[in-house]
Amino acid sequence: MHRLVSAVIPMLAALAAFACAAIILLALGANPFEGFRAMYTGAFGSVDRLSATAVRAVPLVLVGAGISISFRASVINIGGEGQIIAGALLSTVTALALPGLPPIILIPLVLFAGLVGGGIWGAVPGVLKAYASVNEILSTIMLNIVAVQFMNYMLRSPLIDPLEIERGTRIPQTERLSDNAALPTLISGTRFNLGVPVAVAAAVGAYFLLWRTPLGFRLRAVGHSPDAARAAGIPVERSVVSALALSGSLAGLAGAILVFGSEGQRMITDGSSAGFTGSAGFNGIVAALFGGLHPLWTIPSAYLFGGLITGANHLQRVLQVPAALAVTLNGIVVIFVVSSSKVRDRIGAILKARREFDHPANESTSSPPAEEVAAT
Amino acid sequence: MATDTDIPMLEMRGITKRFPGVLANDAVDLTVRSGEVHTLLGENGAGKSTLMKILFGLYQPDEGEIRLNGEAIEVESPSFAISHGIGMIHQHFMLVPTLTVAENVALGTRSTRWPLTDLPVVSRRVEEISEKFGLAIDPSIEVWKLAVGERQRVEIIKALYRDARLLVLDEPTAVLTPQEVEEFFGILNEMRSSGHGLIFISHKLREVVAISDEITVLRNGRVTGHTTPAESDRQQLATMMVGREVSLAPDRPEIEPGDSRLVIRNLVVESDRGTTAVDGLDLDVRAGEIVGIAGVSGNGQRELAEVIAGLRDARAGSSVQVNGVEVVGQGARLSRDAGLAYVPEERMRDGAIGDFTVSENLVLVDHGSEEFSRRGLLRFGMIRSHSQELVDRFNVKTPGLDTTTSSLSGGNIQKLILARELASGPTVLLAAQPTRGVDIGAAEYIHAQIIEQRGAGAAALVVSEDLDELLAIADRIAVMFEGRIIGIVEIEDATRETLGLMMAGIHEGSPA
Repeated sequence: MHRLVSAVIPMLAALAAFACAAIILLALGANPFEGFRAMYTGAFGSVDRLSATAVRAVPLVLVGAGISISFRASVINIGGEGQIIAGALLSTVTALALPGLPPIILIPLVLFAGLVGGGIWGAVPGVLKAYASVNEILSTIMLNIVAVQFMNYMLRSPLIDPLEIERGTRIPQTERLSDNAALPTLISGTRFNLGVPVAVAAAVGAYFLLWRTPLGFRLRAVGHSPDAARAAGIPVERSVVSALALSGSLAGLAGAILVFGSEGQRMITDGSSAGFTGSAGFNGIVAALFGGLHPLWTIPSAYLFGGLITGANHLQRVLQVPAALAVTLNGIVVIFVVSSSKVRDRIGAILKARREFDHPANESTSSPPAEEVAAT
Repeated sequence: MATDTDIPMLEMRGITKRFPGVLANDAVDLTVRSGEVHTLLGENGAGKSTLMKILFGLYQPDEGEIRLNGEAIEVESPSFAISHGIGMIHQHFMLVPTLTVAENVALGTRSTRWPLTDLPVVSRRVEEISEKFGLAIDPSIEVWKLAVGERQRVEIIKALYRDARLLVLDEPTAVLTPQEVEEFFGILNEMRSSGHGLIFISHKLREVVAISDEITVLRNGRVTGHTTPAESDRQQLATMMVGREVSLAPDRPEIEPGDSRLVIRNLVVESDRGTTAVDGLDLDVRAGEIVGIAGVSGNGQRELAEVIAGLRDARAGSSVQVNGVEVVGQGARLSRDAGLAYVPEERMRDGAIGDFTVSENLVLVDHGSEEFSRRGLLRFGMIRSHSQELVDRFNVKTPGLDTTTSSLSGGNIQKLILARELASGPTVLLAAQPTRGVDIGAAEYIHAQIIEQRGAGAAALVVSEDLDELLAIADRIAVMFEGRIIGIVEIEDATRETLGLMMAGIHEGSPA
């Protein structure tokens, strides 16, 4: 019953979101059915489009898998944006410092630098939460802002492409980074690059970590009951830091892939808060929630959200609707999906309460005492 | 106040209540006469609460009838029950601490001077009731200033104020010291002689025998016995309740205690509120002995246990050594590594994770050991076989190893925690309220396990508010009062009376 509800509710939410989108399309004088067809073609219509969607989904998968880890430990990480940026910056600096290394060394190195950068940016709110009781929701959001401004500074001044100064255009971007660090394209003629399998592997790794390792066991124990975990000798504070650092490192890896999987092979922003990340740090949270905070389910969930982005872009080009519609559609789906998980929880709670009412604890479910000790 | 004793005050006949898959009450009969204390005795899950909820209108019976003073009634709601003179004293008090006694009593009743309040009238009636039944409660005092036993009397006043003739008392003595229990029984006697009908719910056999006129025993939803204290002693009552012979006094072989395994010196601990909870405590527990910590709840026992378990820090200069290792303020891992096993008081908060499976909870402490993890991966095969072995050995009733722990009964969860803690053969065992809320059968088993650990040379410290428990298993009993140990009594010299006086802070040579 409950399982059925969890499956049906997100579908209803998606339908409702599309109904809203249809109304907006009508208001703009476009045929909604043509619009949806254009979105579908844009997202999933060809190998090329499927690949573009996969590339779009990569940061969502990684952020989503990271979010799953932190949420399982009852730590709410809203800092994906900042962690993506931190990972991207460290990997960029690494590639700038060691441009001559062969690809076989440099590619893993820049990806690792992404992990480390994001991990550090995640560990900071982790330490603050564990040892100074600073609310991690606030600190991770604040650190997003810090990261954006730090990136703007870095890309405008120390790391700026010398050509931009020469020309006087001063676009905040780095020079073209070493081709030895470029993620190789795996399907020729498309943008499908090494980042896609890396992201999938990382999500599988996150699943493994949570359910197959002692570290994951501790994170889940702390997430369910910090008191029982502490009494059992599990280091609760260190687990909180680990959860945020791990979550951040996956976001940081996404940052590195955004840089070295990009067509321009450079780190670039437009000065706005989402200029580099494309809001992947927030959309990844939605993908994770849509995937039930399970790293493996985050993969298809992120792919659908990636399709929403590529599809909306295509829609904009085909029907000549305003660019803002893509963002609007994304927002509508997010609102419906997020509130649907709320609805699902509510229904789940009601079902659970009803079961408990029918089987009051202790009074009717405990086994008969005579059996209980029969074998002693 | 002439009552016709031929017509019982309450007759519940053939009460049957089904929940999906469970028969909670199966043709239960209960007859209570005025001027009688009628005890409802049974384990958790025997159907006592269901029956009382039906009487109070919280559940509707599937079959059967209820007669009040000979007249068939349908109790459709608690307010119906209250207006028909049925009162319920809950285990957890329903009082507003910041209001006065009179205000609490007036809550939910209609003022005689509506729409104005009539607190002076209420106060006068509270005083009358208080005097008549010897309750000694001042109506103008705020509830938060009252002791637990006094708050309970306020609950009784509330029921009597609403003209309750039939009172249901749900485990009323759980929160009282032995002396307070005596006073409480005095109040019950007053109510009995004024013609009230009293339904007393308890599983403390000693009290049941002391106060009851009639006893109805329930097991698995059925009435398994109807008796009186004159006809049945504690042992027979326990047998009726559990359905087989139980030993109320477990075998405790003579053992010569060895060296001190747990040494506490000058321990000073603050409570969460910043007051001094433990105030200069010294204690030794030796290998092969069980030391009981008795005391009224809130005298520092919880804080003492938490410091030993590494969950709470102590003031500088305090010392707690487990097998010679100083553990104060070092965290739970160090206490455990030093050889401590810990069965916490709040089993669902600190002892086990409700959302984890049985198997996961069984390795909660040792999941990182070489036995259960290698090269960064959990060894599920080893974890499963270890869990199966523990479930079998400690007789944990569970549908499977992957069952969610919160779906087990309290007694089984406690056995699960005990299994985990005793599996490694600890040298020091700390158990807080090990059998609270646990069935007699499971409690008997848990006691046997603690005694077995003693036999294996462990030093055991058992904190309990149940004196019968400590008298049955301990070698020495230390009584805590206001953060200190007011005295330690060898088991041969321990009586309920001396211990009860010490729990109230009275000890030879140390006036309270």
